[in-house]
Parts: sequence; C-alpha cells; structure tokens
Amino acid sequence: MRTTTVVIVGAGQAGLAMSRCLTDRSIDHVLLERGETANSWRTERWDSLRLLTPNWLTRLPGWRYTGDDQDGYMAARDVTEFLDAYRRSFDAPVESGTTVVSVTARSDGYLVETDQGPWRCRCVVVAAGACSSPKIPALAAAVPSDIAQLAPIDYRNPSQLDSGGVLVVGASASGAQIADELRRSGRDVTLAVGDHVRLPRSYRGMDIHWWMDTIGQLDERYDEVEDITRARRLPSLQLIGSPERRTLDLNALAGSGVGLVGRFAGVSSAKAQFSGSFANFCAAADLKQGRLLDLIDEFASDHGLDAELTEADRPEPTAIPAPRTELAFSEITTIVWATGFRPQFPYLDSDLLDHKGAVRHDGGVMEQPGMYVLGLPFTRRRKSSFLDGVGPDALDLSGHLVQHLESVSTSRRPKMAG
Amino acid sequence: MTTIENPTVENGVNVEALLGAREAMTGARPAAQFQWRAGCEWVHGTHAATTVQSFFGVGAEQSHRQAFTVDTDHPEIFASEDNGPTPPEMVLIGLAGCLTAGIATVATHRGIQLNSVKATIEADMDLAGILGIDADVRNGFGNITVRYEIDADATDEEIKAVVAQSQKRSAVFDTVTNPTNVVVEVV
Repeated sequence: MRTTTVVIVGAGQAGLAMSRCLTDRSIDHVLLERGETANSWRTERWDSLRLLTPNWLTRLPGWRYTGDDQDGYMAARDVTEFLDAYRRSFDAPVESGTTVVSVTARSDGYLVETDQGPWRCRCVVVAAGACSSPKIPALAAAVPSDIAQLAPIDYRNPSQLDSGGVLVVGASASGAQIADELRRSGRDVTLAVGDHVRLPRSYRGMDIHWWMDTIGQLDERYDEVEDITRARRLPSLQLIGSPERRTLDLNALAGSGVGLVGRFAGVSSAKAQFSGSFANFCAAADLKQGRLLDLIDEFASDHGLDAELTEADRPEPTAIPAPRTELAFSEITTIVWATGFRPQFPYLDSDLLDHKGAVRHDGGVMEQPGMYVLGLPFTRRRKSSFLDGVGPDALDLSGHLVQHLESVSTSRRPKMAG
Repeated sequence: MTTIENPTVENGVNVEALLGAREAMTGARPAAQFQWRAGCEWVHGTHAATTVQSFFGVGAEQSHRQAFTVDTDHPEIFASEDNGPTPPEMVLIGLAGCLTAGIATVATHRGIQLNSVKATIEADMDLAGILGIDADVRNGFGNITVRYEIDADATDEEIKAVVAQSQKRSAVFDTVTNPTNVVVEVV
C-alpha cells in the first residue's frame, strides 16, 4: 500500500494551492485527481466563459498572472493553462485519473481507497471543487420528457441546442450569461429569476472587484460575519467578464429581449408556473447593490479618492414589468438549470456531513482531527471559492495541519512506547 | 446575533424570544413542524363561519387563548346578505397582517423604531373567471398591489429593506405567490 503524509482530493486551484503550501513546508503529500489538473475548468465550462474577476486578481501561493492584460478576464481554457503551469512550477505530485472511493479513519490516520488502489495517510484535505455537482430542484422531474434539460456543466454553446425556445432557470452569473448568449443566437429566451446579487461591472471607473478587494469586503472572515450559514448560501455574483467590460443585469437582459419571470415554482397542466415574488427579489437586489455602492462612496471619500474617480452614477433601478406567471411547455424545447451547485462527498462518512449532505466544518477544519476542506463558498473568507481567494485559506489550513501533525506525534509517543 | 443594536426601540415585538425559538428549533428540527387548523360551518346562503383555536407546534398540541370565529359572506351586489368579508378579501387580510407583523419584527431586530405603519391593498379580479364566462381567465386575483406608508426612525432605504425582508420571510406572501398543493376531501 502506498503511504504519504497528506492526501489532497482534487487538483484544481484549491488542491494546488494546498500542495504548494505543503511543498513549502516539506510535507510529503499527493493530489488525487479524478481527471486531469483543473478538471472542472477543462471539461465542465462553456466555451465563452471568462472569469468574473480581472486577471490581476489571480493570485495563488507563489504564483500569479503575469500576462499583459492585467485588467482583462481570463477565458476558461486560459485558466486551465494557468493552473497547469502552476502545477509544473513546483512539480505538484498529481495522480491523474484517480477517483477517491472512500476515506476511513484509522488509529494512525486515514485509509483512502481509490479506483487505482489504496493510500494510507495522516491527513486528508478535501479540495474537490464547489462547482461540479449541479443543484437541480425536484421540480425537474415534473417537466415533460420531450423537453431537453441540462445544467451549465453540460452546456457548451448555443449550437448544441435546437432552435426552439429556452427557459433558463436562475439569474446568477451562469444563468444570466447563458440566457444572454442564447438570446443573441436568435432564440426566444425566458429567464426565471429568484434571489440574485446584482452588481455593476465597474463603478466610478474601477472594476467592481477592485472595489470589493480594496474596501476589504472579499477578506471578510467566516468568524466575523453575522450569519455564516446565510453567507455561505449566497448566490454567485450576477456578472460577466467580457472584453468590453459590460454590465449584465436584468435591465440589460430585458433590453436584449430576454423575457423575465419569477422563480420557477411549479408545474401544472403542461405549464411552468413562476413565483409572484419577482418584484421583491429585484427590489432586494437593488437595495443590496445600493448598500455596497454606499460603502464604496464612503471609502472613496474617507480616503480622498473622489478627485481621481468618475462621478458616482448609480445604476438604474431594475425595471419591473408585470411578469407572466405561466409558460406553456409547448413554447420551449430546452430548460437550462442554472440553479447553483451542491458539492457531493460520496467518499466521506455520513457522520461528517450535515442533514443536507454538506461537509460540517469550522473555517475548513472538519470535525475529524486531521481532515480539512478547502475551496467551498466562504470557507474562511468571502473570497474562499474564488481563484484569488483560496490561497490565504490554504496558508491558514496548512498551518493548522502542521500543528495537528506535531501534536499527534507528541501525544502518540508514550502510547506507542506502552 | 442575540443583541439588539438599539435597546430603546419599543415596537412591542419580543425579538429575543423569537431568536431563542429560532436557535432552539435549529437544534431540534421536529419542534419547528407546525400544523394550522380551522373548522368551517355553512350558516345560510353564502354565509359561512370559520373558527380557529387549536394548532400543533413545538412537539405538542397548542391553543389560542380563545376560539376566534370569522364570518365570511358576499356583498349585496351578489344578492347575498353581506355578513362579513368575502373569502378573497380574507386572503388580503391574511397577506396584510402577515407582512405588517413581519415589518414590525424585522424593524425591531434591526433596531428601528416604528411610529406608524399603514398599508393599502388593491387586488384585481376579473369575474369572467369565477362566473365561467371565459375559460382563459383565472378565478383568482390577477394582480395584488400592497402600498406601505411607514413613518420610522430610519432612512428610506432602511425602511425599504425592512419591507423586502418581511416579504422574504412571510408565510402568506409565499403561499400567495407560489403554487401550493391543496387536497380537498369529502369524508
């Protein structure tokens, strides 16, 4: 049986960041990767997808974007190359094509069973990604079988769909971008809108992510926010990374002819039914955006930046038409479920999961000593699931892991002697 | 989380008790399972009397401090005796009561003193639905508009945020805006 000190599950941004931290601390480890490095970026992203964050905001432990387009947004295929280069830069010990089957606690650590044979180790870091298992509502089962249904991880480009109408469910980054792209391809598109986080692409001449980074919002810690459960559940930012730096909000989508409706709430008599809560979700998103922009204005004024910045021109409120509350399935041929993700941990003991199947952890430290989780939304910081945000978490958790190894070897010595 | 920003706020809502219940039910989910009940009896014509008293929650049978009976009927324009609100108006009463209670609760939690809260509701209905004149017209309300006038020690944006949060956490708003499975049996 092969033995190592730390098994990292997954070789994406989180796994590689942890690998780099462990390499720097000379801790023997291996990354078990179901596919290849950066597998999700490589195989589960649509063709036109670009990062929501500008290139300069792409920093990992010992690695950063060094290209010429600091303010641009990296395409998914470039992210794959970026992470592959990161892996090569410190020769990360990635075992590709290795799917973890189970993780079992042993007296001296863990036994990790894989489809390529077992590993014995002292610690396990789960870094399997936050965006690989779509969360699709139970409602999907009630949709007539002649309608094609897919999640964003299966979507590539409009040519993959037939030319009929499309219902896109979910107005966060994925749903808004896919609805926009399908509408531009000439299709009739309806977008079902629930809770969403509205943001302008840039404000007062600066990228919104520059602002969130600068005012410290992305660094907010898990033990400082009022309600961490809620913070971890927040939908992704309604943004698009495009060369023209455009804002993709509901007003822009409505302007290009996307039909906006409320949350997809039911199926009845061959019709999709939409919630009447549309206006409130829009009002709440506008208010929340306004509060962030207030914080930014306050910061700018406190730091004497006003002279360098453009006018504080606020985005128009979301125009709320009287949305239709029903859509006959005969009007569409495809549904895209852009309803978020629910990471799955089939290899973990159910004792380590909550009643919804999510890993129980305190800032990435799991209940079983020596087990860690990395890269989930708000693991330790608001930016934890961002490419730029996982690095500080990996540094923190690798420090915790080293302390764990030291405390275990100290406490174990007398026992082994006895 | 359990501290209130402004202890001088007096809206008459015991937020500490609600937060305590939230915390207790987070750890004991079956306690959060409630059942609401009503008993209805036909009186005469379109007049019915509906009574509520018992309900189930926190793992046990519960009771209002007394039985409450509400008469519903239809106005004289429908050749009825007008012994009470119409049932659709009762839905509006439920919606207004629920949103307003939510506003008081959320405002208190956020340390906002309310001075007055008034709402008007308008709900459009095309009678061609219930009278069977046009099968394409629904029976229920086509559109409901609730307009709040709120005087509170807070900014307009803060007041709007309280009203938005109240909708987000309202049982009646959810029931009215989202499909609900209804089973009607004859025993």
